[in-house]
Amino acid sequence: MNTVNSVGLTETKHLTFAAEKPFMLESGASLSPVTLAYETYGTLNAARSNALLICHALSGSAHAAGVDAQGREGWWDDCIGPGKAFDTKRFFVICSNVLGSCYGSSGPTTRDPATGQPYALRFPMVTIGDIVRAQAALLDHLGIETLLSLAGGSMGGMQVLEWATRYPRRVRSAIPLATTARSSPMLIAFSEVGRQAIYADPNWQDGDYYSNGRRPDAGLAVARMIGHITYLSEQSMHHKFGRRLQDRERFGYDFASEFQVESYLRHKGLSFTRRFDANSYLYITKAMDYFDLTRDRGRVDDPLGSLTAVFADSAHIKFLVVSFTSDWLYPSYHSRELVSALTAAGADVTYLDIQSSWGHDAFLLEVDTMTKLLSSFIDRVAREEGV
Amino acid sequence: MTIPTGLRPDLRIIADFIPERTRVLDLGCGDGALLEHLVRAKGVIGRGIELSESGVLTCVGRGLSVRQGNLQEGLRDYRDASFDYVVLSQTLHFLDDPAMILAEMLRVGGRGIVSFPNWGYWRCRLELLVTGRMPQAPDLPQAWHEKPRWQAFTVTDFARFCEGAGIHIGQQAYLAGGRRIEIRKFKNLLSTTAIFVLERAG
Repeated sequence: MNTVNSVGLTETKHLTFAAEKPFMLESGASLSPVTLAYETYGTLNAARSNALLICHALSGSAHAAGVDAQGREGWWDDCIGPGKAFDTKRFFVICSNVLGSCYGSSGPTTRDPATGQPYALRFPMVTIGDIVRAQAALLDHLGIETLLSLAGGSMGGMQVLEWATRYPRRVRSAIPLATTARSSPMLIAFSEVGRQAIYADPNWQDGDYYSNGRRPDAGLAVARMIGHITYLSEQSMHHKFGRRLQDRERFGYDFASEFQVESYLRHKGLSFTRRFDANSYLYITKAMDYFDLTRDRGRVDDPLGSLTAVFADSAHIKFLVVSFTSDWLYPSYHSRELVSALTAAGADVTYLDIQSSWGHDAFLLEVDTMTKLLSSFIDRVAREEGV
Repeated sequence: MTIPTGLRPDLRIIADFIPERTRVLDLGCGDGALLEHLVRAKGVIGRGIELSESGVLTCVGRGLSVRQGNLQEGLRDYRDASFDYVVLSQTLHFLDDPAMILAEMLRVGGRGIVSFPNWGYWRCRLELLVTGRMPQAPDLPQAWHEKPRWQAFTVTDFARFCEGAGIHIGQQAYLAGGRRIEIRKFKNLLSTTAIFVLERAG
């Protein structure tokens, strides 16, 4: 890690709210109390006009930058810090853990106050809308009415779009990366295969695995392996692994992990079980599956028109939309449809489909191009908004 | 307000044609030199469409709002009369369907501004006659076998087209050898590049 432009040692803080009045969820269920884990970097200015919200993806946490007490680097440290794209010398950067996750915000691992036991599957289903409404409560707590910008990739990008349509008046600019306005059937399909792997693990025990020491690690590992394949591209897998063997000169003609790509996936799956909770995986993938900005206004015969109508109150927001040529999980045409809808709605849209072979992961890996784009865009927004 | 001398001659004239604080869409805005000038010096609200990644990155670096895409798809998204001016500089001769793009320009914008190379220039005519070789664009030469593919046409061809398409040519300017020339007659014979402001006739 480069300590010169790092935010340094970070501490995750927690906000608990809705203790008296339950937090109502889109499903009709409610949650009380609600806890959000969050980190902030930089300083909020006197006018409270320099706040940026960073939204994380499926397995992310509030720890987006710097290093925590265990020495772990933030998941987007490449772009957040003094002098980086999200410059903490100029901006107040906030990242909170999503509802349903296992990194300190309310989720299935949280103790249900009614029973004293982890919620497990008794935790209510949450949506991207619920996640964003909880983030809005955090901003209220921090005394921030408007965001200069908010950014996120993949599921983080869904939150960005949800913000732009749910709270347009609180958003000056928005940066949805490698994302979509509605989860595609293919995305749902991969989510479901991952969930089935977890359900099929006898250690899952209908979600009640917290007390008897048997955890559905095998199921969660398979879910993660599938996920990882979808984050790569055919080309990047060729480049990274080829047909090379791991620890062997020739085929063993057995079922040991032989190819490098196998051992890589096994390693990724296994290490994921040490840091993530299987029930959280179920909840968050469901939240993504439900995501569809046009759900309430949708017209099957006119998807673009429906999406344009969704952004009717967002025309004042400046957008930076980015997709990646080799991303087949969130293909570029999803972003182009978004750009078309935003343009038709009258919004100011900057769009680039970045040439990259890294697949969906590119939004975290194409650091040079992303830094150039993000910093120039934020710089312009800050100048035009007088920050 | 001074126009930066680095700006291509036709772009300097286009910049002159565009009033302050108008809404401008630049089609194929390249590195964004014209848009940046218009935004900084004339306070216009500027947008661009550009196909190349390097062009978009340079534009964003200049603090401009630019979409990556081709003109046909890009223009379709804009509502009628979203802009005061839609600019198409030195691109007309590369287009697959110029009539459609010109119609779209005048749907999306109140006025269009085009600049294009004029193959009616006397030296072009002479070159074909004397050498038997197809003349290259006078101000921006490019061999016939290099991409993108181009189509030679003249000021007279363009004026005829506009007449038939119900497009009125308003302000006009002409270059010869990269410099503006004041001419009343023989425009097709004496100019290497034409710059026209277009609007719907009637």
